Amino acid sequence: MTSLVAEHVALEARLKPTDLVVQAGQLVAVIGPNGSGKTSLLRALARVDRAEGRVIIEGEVLDEAPPARRRHLLSLLPASRDMSWPIAARDIIGLGLDRPDPERVEELIGLLELEQLANRPVDRLSTGERARVLAARALAARPKLLLLDEPLSNLDPYWVLRFLDLFGDASASGQAVLVTLHDLSHLQRFDRVILIAAGAIQMDETPADLVASERFGEIFRIRENAEGNWTIRPADPQSSP
Amino acid sequence: MRLLVALAFALVATAHLLLPVEPLREAASIDPALFRLIMVELRLPRTLMVLGYGAALGCSGAALQAMFANPLASPDISGASSGAALGAVVGGYWLGITQPLALAICGATGALGTLALLMLLAGRRSDTTTLLLAGLAISLAAGAATSLALALAPSPFAFYDAFDWLMGSFVDRSLAQAAAALIPAGLATILLLRRAAALDLVALGEDVAASLGIRPQRLSLEVIALSSVAVGACVSVAGAIGFVGLVAPFFGRRISRGHPGSAMVPAAIIGSILLALADLTVRAVPLDRPIPVGVITALFGTPLFLWLVVNMRRRLTP
Repeated sequence: MTSLVAEHVALEARLKPTDLVVQAGQLVAVIGPNGSGKTSLLRALARVDRAEGRVIIEGEVLDEAPPARRRHLLSLLPASRDMSWPIAARDIIGLGLDRPDPERVEELIGLLELEQLANRPVDRLSTGERARVLAARALAARPKLLLLDEPLSNLDPYWVLRFLDLFGDASASGQAVLVTLHDLSHLQRFDRVILIAAGAIQMDETPADLVASERFGEIFRIRENAEGNWTIRPADPQSSP
Repeated sequence: MRLLVALAFALVATAHLLLPVEPLREAASIDPALFRLIMVELRLPRTLMVLGYGAALGCSGAALQAMFANPLASPDISGASSGAALGAVVGGYWLGITQPLALAICGATGALGTLALLMLLAGRRSDTTTLLLAGLAISLAAGAATSLALALAPSPFAFYDAFDWLMGSFVDRSLAQAAAALIPAGLATILLLRRAAALDLVALGEDVAASLGIRPQRLSLEVIALSSVAVGACVSVAGAIGFVGLVAPFFGRRISRGHPGSAMVPAAIIGSILLALADLTVRAVPLDRPIPVGVITALFGTPLFLWLVVNMRRRLTP
């Protein structure tokens, strides 16, 4: 079943008009060099900053959906974990729901092992701890589409693996999940990888096909050596301007 | 906690209406009509004005802080109060406006001008330093412009007259004046309160709020316009009173468990309480000349403001 259809979504100067279709239950990695437009793609899909184009989630046009409905359609987890206000972690998770649901909040607290932190103000938590609280907020309403911007940064190895499991569970339950990544070591856990550069989708493949392709190394300016490690690719004299 | 605040509000409001009680008793013993006259023409407008102004300051302070994501944004720090004072002074002493509602519009326009300038200079998500410096510069400029407008005003008594109310005074305000300030301020406050849920979501960041269907750009313009009306209308009648709009939201968030939008209701009530207490203090001081209410609020507000600044610095530099 098709979950997300994006037609000509664009953000001025950052993302060129882009078409994208994601199936329900698909776990998609979005990769690309710094400043390539990964975050812009997620923001355009979430309709931030007067994004152009049209986003349809399971048949509903996102721009026409009333605010109360939007939580059930998508949720965006930004890369920034800054929080200005001393709100308790438990309450932050509650903001992800359109009506109070203590049971669901407790469930998420358990899922992200936040029992010890639940009543502490988020602005006093470490970045990694805050990442878990904000992820719980994003998951709270079980939206059809999850847009997660670098959710794995600042996490310790245990939580990187736990988050990957959570994404897997979400996609297994029929949610479409888009995750931007910098660490390429977990690509194999995704169904599909979208490679972005210069504000446009350059490649859209399975992880194995993508990593094996020449284009992938060219865009990232890296290559795999004989031992299977990534090394810096020597500058190509022909391609430099 | 909520109950305590509600109780304190009832208590302070009653005290403000009835204290000092001696003249009332005396009037009642002479002539019941005189008693009614004092209550309806003097005490009631003053109490309503104090409570309404305090609520407007508390509510718009909380809304501005929520929108700027900064506990130091407030009608006084952002220059809105000084702008409103400038607007009211220009309207009153230069354009010769005496009609209270027209003056209230002048005040609101002045506040809107300074807040718009702050947005232009500092931007919405500016860091604390930029916001404070830009707000300070705008406040100082508006203050100087107000002094200039008074110095060059056609009436030679403008300066003396303005001193009586510019720093905050609730003496001898008529019911018409109270209505001119409180009807627009009340409407603006109600409209601000309706944005509580949206402002709570802005706490998650503007991108998240936008993904949930809130337009941060539009919301911030609405908050600025409504705060300007609420504060500007009150300033034009009772002068610019500092610190209440800064302090009340701080306590309001203690009650709303940190949620910046939901803090508006408690901040409004606490603002009323604080301003009523300040005005009671002014009335209790045994001097034959009136002290501006703004002096009292500054006296108690400055230490808290300094504490906030130091506390924020400590948090920013680990």
